[in-house]
Amino acid sequence: MATPIQKPSSPRQQLGQIVHLGLSSFLNTHHKEFSSKFQILRPSESKFPLDQFFTAEAQNTQAAICSGGFKLSADILRHLPSLRLIVATTSGLNNIDLSECRKRGISVINAGNIYSADVADLAVGMVIDLMRKISAGNRFVKTGLWPKQGDYLLGSKLGGKQVGIVGLGSIGVEVAKRLEAFGCKISYYSRKKKPCVSYTFYSNIHKLASVSDILVICCALTEQTRHLINREVLLTLGKEGLIVNIARGAIIDEKELVRCLLQREIAGAGLDVFEHEPRVPQELFGLDNVVLSPHFAVYTEGASRHLEEHLIGNLEAFFSNRPLLSPVLDDE
Amino acid sequence: MLARVARSAASEPFISCLTRTHHHIFPVLTNQIQFSRHFNFPTRKNSPSPFAAAAKMEDVRVLMICPMNSYLEQELDKQFKLLKLWAHPQKQEFLKQHSESIRAVVGNATAGADAEMIEALPKLEIISSFSVGLDKIDLIKCKEKGIRVTNTPDVLTEEVADLAIGLMLAVCRRICECDKYVRKGMWKLGDFKLTTKFSGKTVGIIGLGRIGLAIAKRAEAFGCPISYHSRSEKPNTNYKYRASLIDLASNCDILVVACALTPETHHIVNREVIDALGPKGILINIGRGPHVDEPELVLALVEGRLGGAGLDVFEKEPEVPQQLFDLNNVVLLPHVGSGTIETRKAMADLVIGNLEAHFMNKPLLTPVV
Repeated sequence: MATPIQKPSSPRQQLGQIVHLGLSSFLNTHHKEFSSKFQILRPSESKFPLDQFFTAEAQNTQAAICSGGFKLSADILRHLPSLRLIVATTSGLNNIDLSECRKRGISVINAGNIYSADVADLAVGMVIDLMRKISAGNRFVKTGLWPKQGDYLLGSKLGGKQVGIVGLGSIGVEVAKRLEAFGCKISYYSRKKKPCVSYTFYSNIHKLASVSDILVICCALTEQTRHLINREVLLTLGKEGLIVNIARGAIIDEKELVRCLLQREIAGAGLDVFEHEPRVPQELFGLDNVVLSPHFAVYTEGASRHLEEHLIGNLEAFFSNRPLLSPVLDDE
Repeated sequence: MLARVARSAASEPFISCLTRTHHHIFPVLTNQIQFSRHFNFPTRKNSPSPFAAAAKMEDVRVLMICPMNSYLEQELDKQFKLLKLWAHPQKQEFLKQHSESIRAVVGNATAGADAEMIEALPKLEIISSFSVGLDKIDLIKCKEKGIRVTNTPDVLTEEVADLAIGLMLAVCRRICECDKYVRKGMWKLGDFKLTTKFSGKTVGIIGLGRIGLAIAKRAEAFGCPISYHSRSEKPNTNYKYRASLIDLASNCDILVVACALTPETHHIVNREVIDALGPKGILINIGRGPHVDEPELVLALVEGRLGGAGLDVFEKEPEVPQQLFDLNNVVLLPHVGSGTIETRKAMADLVIGNLEAHFMNKPLLTPVV
């Protein structure tokens, strides 16, 4: 719900002061417009360690932008005593200590639906790539093998396949809508059954894996979902099964995933996220049945524009004491 | 009776023999002959009777032009006398040797039966293509000579449409390029650049047939507005019709070729169309290589006048212009549009089903001529 956030009275500033926690290539692209609207503190560009920087520069800073890779811990929050609002540039909030924010009365906004279409597009792109061997076929042609080796391997029909969506949030819903148009049958696993949804609900991840040909991971990373996809789930998915992860690396037990791929316990995987980015298990590099991407599901020029609008809109509202544009999230 | 029928068959055209001597037993067949003569259908000169055909199908010589599917080969081998043209280095000699006995030809998207081959096979009755495209068959010659032609529509529609969307996503979102980026260890050095959003982009379809419609249905799920160009406007669609291809190319983000290859559509995507599509535009070809002026396409991509391309077909397969190999905004596939295990089996079953129907005098399943 969008409500004005009461700020303690402070000297009126020409430009609102924001501390930018972490690095963001998005924001660097639109640096100029953003800089012109706010006074931005960039601790990542300072030669001083973070705590010293905050103590020296950010004691009165009331708003922060937090990028996905930055661990916004309780300790960091202690160094930002005036903080009232955090605007995350991501949909996921697993890097932010939400319970500490709550204790301190700091409101947190995430990126909401800005990225849902783009992330869903990548998930579907990976599913089709795996089923129809697009990246592998592209390599086959570009290394000059077609005239030498003749026809390439046959792929697998997408229509009629059972797709299991893990987490039917805004991204999961967009993935489902798209894959339905290809004739896929959709089921999902979620904490609670969603009302007004015609897809089959499973309250147990193993059951979902047992009925699915393709699992698409779309849920948030929390303590409950860490390593949700373990060896048992992968074996249940089976030798013809595919898995696509565009959520967070740690939702899958990565060591077990690699093992299952090497032992052909599952048919293939599409991975945009990994447990220790940017490190990617090297054993995957030689496999033709995996598609790998560098956590870039949100990196489109369209999403970049929307993010900028989202940040500027909410921060301007905050500094003018107007209702925020996006809902403030509760720590669940 | 069968023996008498069989002896008659040796001396006169079988159908007229049957109708003359046994019209009271085969009234339907008699009617069929009268029907076909009345409507001037091409009459088959050497049409077998149902009985003889069923019994002797394994003697029917079927010529397969090139390797296309091992399941199809096995089934053809079981049911007919299969001759494999590619297994014989002296193709002309081989054709001469068997020219009086070949009654059926099985071709595909790569090789079919041109006028020369049709002339070389005087006993040819049917060409059953392992493809939906018919550009490799001289249809006019077939009509002239009363040779039946069948293809494999519908069973591959969804497959080809799936691949078209897969190519659009691969090009827009640089999926293949990023995969290479990660495998080369480049991610540790820095993030990848911004890519092009796919959802909401305008998709322009050349040819709104079965495949074009299937592509439209899928693209709509991504919120893509659809426009199309074809010989005439289609009733019962909400998609925007563009009477000129230049108009379509100027007003879409992604142009996809989904029409049949005919003399009219040869090089339909030429330099003018490519320039209209522009430096941010993307071309997807899941039709036939000759739909696109390939040298012009290569030039436009190398010079940056076209934003990107996803190509499953080429003018001289399996040769692909090498200048495209290093372009990261181009995704190339080895003609896999219908290339799934399930679909190729369904196509093979149609080829065999059509041949069986023909040699058993039943209606063809998917006739074109």
